[in-house]
Amino acid sequence: MTTGDLSTLLVWGAATAFTVALIAYSVDLARIADRAQKRVPEAALAAAPGGRPATAVAGSEAQSAPGRSARAEGIARSTTLLGLVLLFGGIVLRGIAAGRWPTANMYEFTLVGVFVAVLVLTIVQRRRVIAFVGVVVMGIAVLALVLALNAFYIQADQVQPALQSYWLILHVGVAITATGIFTVAFATSVLQVLRSFREEARTEVDAPAVTVGAAPARSDRFRRWVGGPRFGWLEQVPGSRELEALSFRLNAVAFVLWTLTLIGGAIWAEHAWGRYWGWDPKEVGTFVAWVVYAAYLHARTTRGWNGRRASYFVFVGYGVVLANFTVVNIVVPGKHSYGGV
Amino acid sequence: MSVHRPEGLSDVFMEPTEAPPAAPPTLPTLGFVGWMRWAWRQLTSMRVALLLLMLLAVAAVPGTVWPQRAQDTAAVAEYLTDHPTTGPWLDRLGFFDVYSSVWFSAIYLLLFVSLVGCILPRTKVHLAGVRGRPPRAPRRFARFPAQGSGLVDGPPAHVADDAVAVLRGGWRWLPFVPTYRVDTRDEGDGTVAVSAERGYLRETGNLVFHLALVGLLLSVATGQVLHYRGQAIVVQGRGFANAQVDYDTFEQGTAFTPSSLVPFTLRLDEFESRFDPDTLQSRDFTAHVTLTNPGEEPVEETIKVNHPLDAGGAKVYLQGNGYAPDITVRDASGQVAFSGPTPFLPQDEVYTSRGVVKVPDVSGDQEQIGLVGYLLPTVDVRETAFGPAYASVNPQPDDPALVLAVWQGNLGLDTGVPQNVYELDEARMTQLMEDDDKPVTLVVRPGETVDLPDGMGTLTFNDLPRYVALDLRHDPALPFVLVFSLLAFAGLATSLFAPRRRLWLRLTPGVDEDAGRTVVTAAGLARGDDVGLQPELDRVLAQVLARTADRPPVAPRGPTSGEATP
Ligand code: HEM
Repeated sequence: MTTGDLSTLLVWGAATAFTVALIAYSVDLARIADRAQKRVPEAALAAAPGGRPATAVAGSEAQSAPGRSARAEGIARSTTLLGLVLLFGGIVLRGIAAGRWPTANMYEFTLVGVFVAVLVLTIVQRRRVIAFVGVVVMGIAVLALVLALNAFYIQADQVQPALQSYWLILHVGVAITATGIFTVAFATSVLQVLRSFREEARTEVDAPAVTVGAAPARSDRFRRWVGGPRFGWLEQVPGSRELEALSFRLNAVAFVLWTLTLIGGAIWAEHAWGRYWGWDPKEVGTFVAWVVYAAYLHARTTRGWNGRRASYFVFVGYGVVLANFTVVNIVVPGKHSYGGV
Repeated sequence: MSVHRPEGLSDVFMEPTEAPPAAPPTLPTLGFVGWMRWAWRQLTSMRVALLLLMLLAVAAVPGTVWPQRAQDTAAVAEYLTDHPTTGPWLDRLGFFDVYSSVWFSAIYLLLFVSLVGCILPRTKVHLAGVRGRPPRAPRRFARFPAQGSGLVDGPPAHVADDAVAVLRGGWRWLPFVPTYRVDTRDEGDGTVAVSAERGYLRETGNLVFHLALVGLLLSVATGQVLHYRGQAIVVQGRGFANAQVDYDTFEQGTAFTPSSLVPFTLRLDEFESRFDPDTLQSRDFTAHVTLTNPGEEPVEETIKVNHPLDAGGAKVYLQGNGYAPDITVRDASGQVAFSGPTPFLPQDEVYTSRGVVKVPDVSGDQEQIGLVGYLLPTVDVRETAFGPAYASVNPQPDDPALVLAVWQGNLGLDTGVPQNVYELDEARMTQLMEDDDKPVTLVVRPGETVDLPDGMGTLTFNDLPRYVALDLRHDPALPFVLVFSLLAFAGLATSLFAPRRRLWLRLTPGVDEDAGRTVVTAAGLARGDDVGLQPELDRVLAQVLARTADRPPVAPRGPTSGEATP
């Protein structure tokens, strides 16, 4: 067996470990949802007279949140760590097999990106497991790894002259790291939005007068749905403000790295192609993602846009980041067609 | 001083610490000036900045959907032929020149106007703030996100001294830089309030970031008008001079002056290429050149992909390479009609290279000849039902061969219309055929001479030198572009990660059984989400209390504070 084959085997191992982790997180989430659904009637009753949603309290001191499965969380944690170790080994062996830094094609991007995303996930979950974020990030991680192994895979090999540069480490490595962090931030923002809708819906249960007279819009129906028993598990997650703060911190770090990617890419393009900016499709994609995240940071501090509305920019931004990695590499012709697919 | 802030900015640090008396709503003064003022405030508002940012993101997308002239003129032409109805409309609306279109430019220019209109007043306010005192302590601390309290022996004045010392104490690794700017105010009745603020860097970083973006835009624009760029194909053993006429294509900015072309010369001595023996993918290209700057000795240099050569204030890039078969064609009378290397363009990874040789008539009343075909660096001949098929199997010139079709007629060289040297204008030419109606195919190896059909003459394949495609670019604004990018990056990182905090301590003389002691209450406020705020407040409070407790009593306590609190 060659080093390259061993690397692939380790990556398959990591994909398997992450799949187990995904299942464990899902079981944890299902358990929480299950219990929460049973508890909802009492909770609603208890909250009614106080006028203050019980959610805020339950959310902020959730260590003892009932319904979580310690066993599932333990399994999730350990398989996540195992997967990280295997994936790390796979990446290192890949680099050895190719005789260079392993970030030169889509297969390798995906491995490293998944590694960073899961690493950040473990750091974020170090004190407290948020099952939902685990499910989303692990879901993306497993999907990406399987896609990488089946669709993006190419033999470990050296690279063409244009890629022989330390910028392969700086520019590409930083871009992938940023993508990994954006992934966890995205999952956090999804949860934040759900949680925020739920908080709003619960407040309306307490003070229904607010909506009287207003025609039930689509967002209202969604709010009522999220406020219903099906989403009872949302009581167990941190409050939306806390999640917003977490998502912002992650996004801020990733955005700074993305800025570095943009600058590094321009410097490299200046060396390799004789111009620092040429509106190549990949450059455009990176630029658009940057502008969208800049808009997100602005929205956070714009009255009327902060909170839930700002996090919609995170969804758009993350979508652009993913499209820039997949669609632009595969479909659009350009100077960045190194994907090898 | 009026506090300026962009319309719609929500920022706890700009809210007054106490609720101001409600100002009567002011209607915009009618008239031109009033409207202009109103429009300006809208343009520089956060909401419009947000809108323009989103528009910019959306407007950049079409450039990846439709082919762009700046990158690929041929693709645009093809699109226009394929879409005769929609194509011209898209063209009129600028969809093939998105990044220089009116609408794209309008968006980013408006954005930058908004940015300047927003940032300059903020810079002024910030500079005033940096020179001023930290804001006075609010009357009530209850609504602040971080709070604390304590009780300590000693009068408020002592505690205040200790608080100032603790807050001014620098970081351990930067002992001379105070962490907080501190101010104490006597609030009467023996009560002392300590205000402290840190993190002016955060706002500074934000302003530097935005201003650097303006600098970046200006640098890029300057480079655009001053730059020049030329492309030249240089065959091994030959050279070129840095002069406009020596380039195959030359492009310049509107304010370009020919004096920025330093007249150096460059000769290609040798070209090396390395390919992976199994996959045949390229691994390394190196051009060995001799550079002669005006008035200097020639020096040997190398140019590689990723490693351009600096020459005469410009950079020379290795953009491409290939083979330029050196051919001599003699006409029927034995006169040399054509001689020299002709660059053939590689079409694939094994350097199957296509080229055209145009042989003009030299000795009167003879037809002109066009040779069209391929150079195969390592030829592989396979017999098929239709005759031999030639293909290249390796990019290295192990067994090169020229495979050419022959045309005869008028090349159209004297029509005055500029010709593409890589294409044959077949309009007034006919291809020569064998008797069995198959096209004539000449196959020549280096050193060989073959007869042209119909006694038109001979063709000799002398040699197979390499050529490089060089791209030369001069952009005097490059250092500025780099500096402003890095400034923007540094400013951004600072503004996102430097904590901006305000701490207040109110030191009130104790009463009754606490007489002679000081009641300390504290509050903290941070810009944005700041998980470190409460821990910081706790640390400061603990240090102040410990410090005062350890202090030997210097003044008789009791009386002073006793008098102050009746
Ligand atoms: C080229 C256009 C612009 C870009 C790319 C941009 C980008 C950014 C980014 C990335 C941030 C977050 C980093 C930080 O907090 O310092 C930010 C913050 C900010 N921007 Fe901009 N900006 C632009 C234009 C504007 C304009 C036109 C305004 C004014 C209307 C503005 C006002 C602000 C303010 C007030 C903040 C600070 C928000 C806060 O953290 O409190 N920006 N900008």
